[in-house]
Amino acid sequence: MTTRNIKHWFDSGTPYIWLNAGAVTISVLLVMGLLFLIAYRGLSHFWPSEIAEFQLTEADSNTITVIGEMVEYETVQRSRLPEGDIRIPESEELVSRTLIKMGNRDYFGLDFMWVVDLAVRDIKYPNDLMAVERHEWGNLYGYLVSVKQNGEELGDKASNLWVLFQEQIIASQDVHNEIEHVEKDLIGDINYKMERLRLKQRSLERSGITADSAQLRETTEQQRLLDEEYNSYSSQLGNLYERLNQFSFVTRLSDGREVELPLAQVVRAYQPNNMNIAEDIIHYLMKLWEFVSDEPREANTEGGIYPAIFGTVIMVLIMAVMVTPFGVVAAVYLHEYAKQGPLVRTIRIAVNNLAGVPSVVYGVFGLGFFVYFVGGNIDALFFSDSLPSPTFGTPGLLWASLTLAILTVPVVIVSTEEGLSRVPRAIREGSLALGATKAETLFRTVLPMTASAMITGLILAIARAAGEVAPLMLVGVVKLAPSLPLDGNFPYVHLERKFMHLGFHIYDVGFQSPNVEAARPLVYATALLLVLLIIILNLAAIRIRNKLREKYRASEQH
Amino acid sequence: MKSSASNNTVSTKLDLTKDFNYKNSRYLKDVITRYLMTAGGIGVIIAIVLIAVYLVWIVIPLFLPAHTAKLASFEIPDKGPDVSLFYAVEEQREIAMRVLDTGTIVFFKTSDGEVINTENLLSQNRANVTSFAAGNSSGRLLGFGMSDGTVELRYHQYNISYPDDIRIISPQVFNPFDGDSIVVDESGASIVKLAVQGNEEQTTIAALTENSQLILVNLNIETNFLTDERTINKVVTTIPVQYGVRHIIMDVDQTELYFTDIENVLHYYNIRNKQSPILVQSLSVVEDEIDITAMEFLSGGISVLIGDNLGRIAQWFPVRDENNDYSLKKIRIFDSQISPIRQIVPEYFRKGFLALDESGKLGIYHATAHRTIKVQDLNAGHDGMIAIAPRANGLVVENSDSVVDVWELENEHPEVSWSSLWGKVWYESRDGPEYIWQSSSASNIFEPKFSLTPLAFGTLKASLYAMLFAIPLSIMGAIYTAYFMSAGLRNIVKPSIEIMAALPTVILGFLAGLWFAPIVEAYLPAMFLIFLVVPIAIIAAAYLWQFLPEKIKHRVPQGFEGLILLPVIILATTAVFLLSQPIEVWLFGGNLPLWLTQELGISFDQRNSFVVGIAIGFAVIPTIFSISEDAIFGVPKHLTTGSLALGATPWQTMAKVILLTASPGIFSAVMIGLGRAVGETMIVVMATGNTAIMDINIFEGFRALSANIAVEMPESELGSTHYRILFLAGLVLFMATFFFNTIAEVVRQKLRVKYSSL
Repeated sequence: MTTRNIKHWFDSGTPYIWLNAGAVTISVLLVMGLLFLIAYRGLSHFWPSEIAEFQLTEADSNTITVIGEMVEYETVQRSRLPEGDIRIPESEELVSRTLIKMGNRDYFGLDFMWVVDLAVRDIKYPNDLMAVERHEWGNLYGYLVSVKQNGEELGDKASNLWVLFQEQIIASQDVHNEIEHVEKDLIGDINYKMERLRLKQRSLERSGITADSAQLRETTEQQRLLDEEYNSYSSQLGNLYERLNQFSFVTRLSDGREVELPLAQVVRAYQPNNMNIAEDIIHYLMKLWEFVSDEPREANTEGGIYPAIFGTVIMVLIMAVMVTPFGVVAAVYLHEYAKQGPLVRTIRIAVNNLAGVPSVVYGVFGLGFFVYFVGGNIDALFFSDSLPSPTFGTPGLLWASLTLAILTVPVVIVSTEEGLSRVPRAIREGSLALGATKAETLFRTVLPMTASAMITGLILAIARAAGEVAPLMLVGVVKLAPSLPLDGNFPYVHLERKFMHLGFHIYDVGFQSPNVEAARPLVYATALLLVLLIIILNLAAIRIRNKLREKYRASEQH
Repeated sequence: MKSSASNNTVSTKLDLTKDFNYKNSRYLKDVITRYLMTAGGIGVIIAIVLIAVYLVWIVIPLFLPAHTAKLASFEIPDKGPDVSLFYAVEEQREIAMRVLDTGTIVFFKTSDGEVINTENLLSQNRANVTSFAAGNSSGRLLGFGMSDGTVELRYHQYNISYPDDIRIISPQVFNPFDGDSIVVDESGASIVKLAVQGNEEQTTIAALTENSQLILVNLNIETNFLTDERTINKVVTTIPVQYGVRHIIMDVDQTELYFTDIENVLHYYNIRNKQSPILVQSLSVVEDEIDITAMEFLSGGISVLIGDNLGRIAQWFPVRDENNDYSLKKIRIFDSQISPIRQIVPEYFRKGFLALDESGKLGIYHATAHRTIKVQDLNAGHDGMIAIAPRANGLVVENSDSVVDVWELENEHPEVSWSSLWGKVWYESRDGPEYIWQSSSASNIFEPKFSLTPLAFGTLKASLYAMLFAIPLSIMGAIYTAYFMSAGLRNIVKPSIEIMAALPTVILGFLAGLWFAPIVEAYLPAMFLIFLVVPIAIIAAAYLWQFLPEKIKHRVPQGFEGLILLPVIILATTAVFLLSQPIEVWLFGGNLPLWLTQELGISFDQRNSFVVGIAIGFAVIPTIFSISEDAIFGVPKHLTTGSLALGATPWQTMAKVILLTASPGIFSAVMIGLGRAVGETMIVVMATGNTAIMDINIFEGFRALSANIAVEMPESELGSTHYRILFLAGLVLFMATFFFNTIAEVVRQKLRVKYSSL
């Protein structure tokens, strides 16, 4: 182990090889660590975590009770904490502390609280502590005291109280759903029809038809009918709300206060400390299902992300419908019909390079060209009745899809061209020798053999489009869309509507939401969904590409 | 037989025609396909090229010169022996106003000079008009100094009504003080020079009387909010004047007063307190023998424009020094005219201005951009007079031969010049020339600051730190994976790194901003240590490995070093993180970020360039890794075997043969990675503070071109300068990435030819 030995060892280059190996290991570790982090954080959020009741010594040596979930645990230097905390002895340089989600934002003002472990006197996990998910104000933690109807207490035996509570929640959920149906579907329908009627009237008036004409009278009659229908629904709504608001429940909070809350606010209530593993799993799956199938609540920080999934999928589908034919035609032209020479080579390099142009530049182009120029002209030509409020002259689904189609068309072109160049010459020549025309060769032999390459290109395009956010911020994505771009109202697909998107959802909830800490787990879950989607699409593309290679290797050998 | 033979020929004939038709249709289809494919293909390619064309198309108007055209020319309205004092145009450019020295105000149509309304203030005041001043252009206040020591104030206003959907503008004049004139000089000396400014709360008059007294009158209007009764408090003070007054101006806020005397000395008074005006500075603003011929405020009332008899216009404004004292500084000079400047007319809302000289030529300028947009000969003669329309889209000119010309002015983007986009600019109220991006503000006298330099700097800073992180990891990884790693492992490792190229950057940005940035702040020492400890741990592990018993060593086949290192790296990293906080407590008082700021003066933001560098580096690692791995793997095998056969160690072969051959490929990989880093948007938006500062400090944030586009584009007004500059930023990004990618592609194609020839 002399220095000469070491020098010799370094001269041989072995340590450098090991360093390079280390680089690979680090890269792989980074990749795997990232995926693991997202998966862990994203999936663990839905598990019903236990609720603890803490007895804490406050800085002024009073004792308080705090109820909540433990969210995070960390060690921190004393100097980074507020000075003069007498609970921490001078000798302790490192202090461990816990982040507690206290909920009850409407009563305490704060959702979260860091608690220095030294201040904790006692931790208990009482079985009858409950967590209540609400439509507003986030979670509530406390003890159930009573359930009331019109101010009268329901039930008498304490053992039945929880069951009664659950029954009432389910009953009011039903009413709630019914209200939602009436408000969103039925009344939404009427509003939509009224708006169309208004536009029709306006266009009639503009075309110079006088007030007493048959057409105008007809629309007035329709208007009257719609108004009637609307009134009947709104009285129905009134009844439903009355039914819903009869029920309330009383709960005792950590500070001993007893508060009465309307039952209509409750999404679900559970006692996590009292649940066995099977109930935990059921709860977990229910929450997971809610996450992918429900609408967001509370400025997107609670509830589901269904509209975002739906928006992403439909945008990508429309994009795919547009990008495939154009990409394939361009590739076929470049590879089969264009005269190969410096010009085509330049075009090919240019197309290749466009795949590397920053996506935000496409967004700028989409906003200027599609939205303002094309959309503005469409509005002036076909939707002049609703001006000055724009129809297509504003960011929307169609423009987002088109922008992404332009963004991804190079991917399809490159992939299809690669597929075309892999078709063995012998096959083409064989087809031509048998008397087939070029078009027949193309459609009957070459293109079918390229099909999987096209699909690879398409999948890669979709994977790229699904993950893009920057251009979408300019051409059509919003944080909360009032209605889906697909519904039961004619013409069913509303290309001009704004939509929600998974990637933008991550940005918006993670960075623009008023309560980032509470929203964070949901962002992880959304990120996980998006990553999974994109990895699956990419793996599919890789598999198809590999199969394709095998196939041609085989046909070349024959 | 016979018949059957003839039958045969007939059938063959039939077959032939059928065949012919069939063939025809096939060829037709073939031709149609060819044309369709060609048309479609060329169409798609054109559509793609359209992007660049469209970006350029939107950007070009920024650099177009101003356009002027004469719209109308007519005899001066209300022609007579009287002299014009002032002209103004209303917002729609339909009606203009001429003020005469008889106190007559004439409103006329700009299309043909038809007089609409005439008002005369002398019907109420029997004195003569001896001086005149107009207030701030959008305030529309007119002040007449009279021979009896009073001042008449008038507002001109334009009421718009729409009877029968036709716009009708009716001009009016009214006195804000209920028909009273303001007594300035009790002794009744006539007023020879005047400056006025007024708003709803107060009105200030600065007037020079014929016996050389400069009198400052402030009328403060208080409205009792219960009775709506107005009380007017009048404050009168005198400012000492030694050498007379040539030009006098007051700013729109009525806090600053400038006047020049006959010695061409500029006096700058702070009149915030109307009882005791303070002389801030008196200084000579032109060289000897040169006369000041015009003086005017730029819109906003901060900069003073001083025109001289050489046709030069200098911009001055007060600048604050270290002691918070203000002194006037000459900021820039516009030197495009040669005759003495007669009149300077500021634009209403922008920092542009017009200057008319004694040869009848007009200069169109923009102060911030330091740009002479156009010099146009108006043929106005030696004593012409001009007024600009409020939207800066028109011009009314009175010629010396009693003709009024109306000009159209098209000057959409005067604030853009090469120097305002890329150079240092001395903005109003700043201490010196700076690079600043600040596109909007709540105040409407705001000077937009469109310097792209800090944004481009931010982009380069992000790319630099990203590449510093990504290049070593990805290229070293590529070297190992392509050449040393066992084939089985390579088939797993390569795709799993490559798939990360598809990872949405919004996720990386989210993790960087919300997860990684707090960790960096909490474990800052670890961030430094990790770059030191992990390589040392790897080399130490490698060194110790050779002393392991042969038995164990043989269990692990060649090309699996990476797997052995897995626990080493994890352990080293964990150790570094465990040690981080104790080290921080021991050496830096428990708070390294604070220590950095206090002891070294390095400011620390939580979302900083270090975090962004790692995140973007992470995003580009797969790209660089994949392309350089392909390049190294593609080096022909006979080169390596030859080298090994000549006795070189594997590492020597790698360093001296393979890397040299594959270096163009690695270069193109880096270029493509750089292109990606430059254009990265979401990570930058989410993981930095997005403040446009120019500082290379790794612990501070920045604002990148791409992030700036994403953040500001949705709010910018269609067709505005801001909108077009954002397009310009997009174009810059487009060209930068296109440039990097083209280099990479050309190099790669050359390499492909080289490999096949080896």
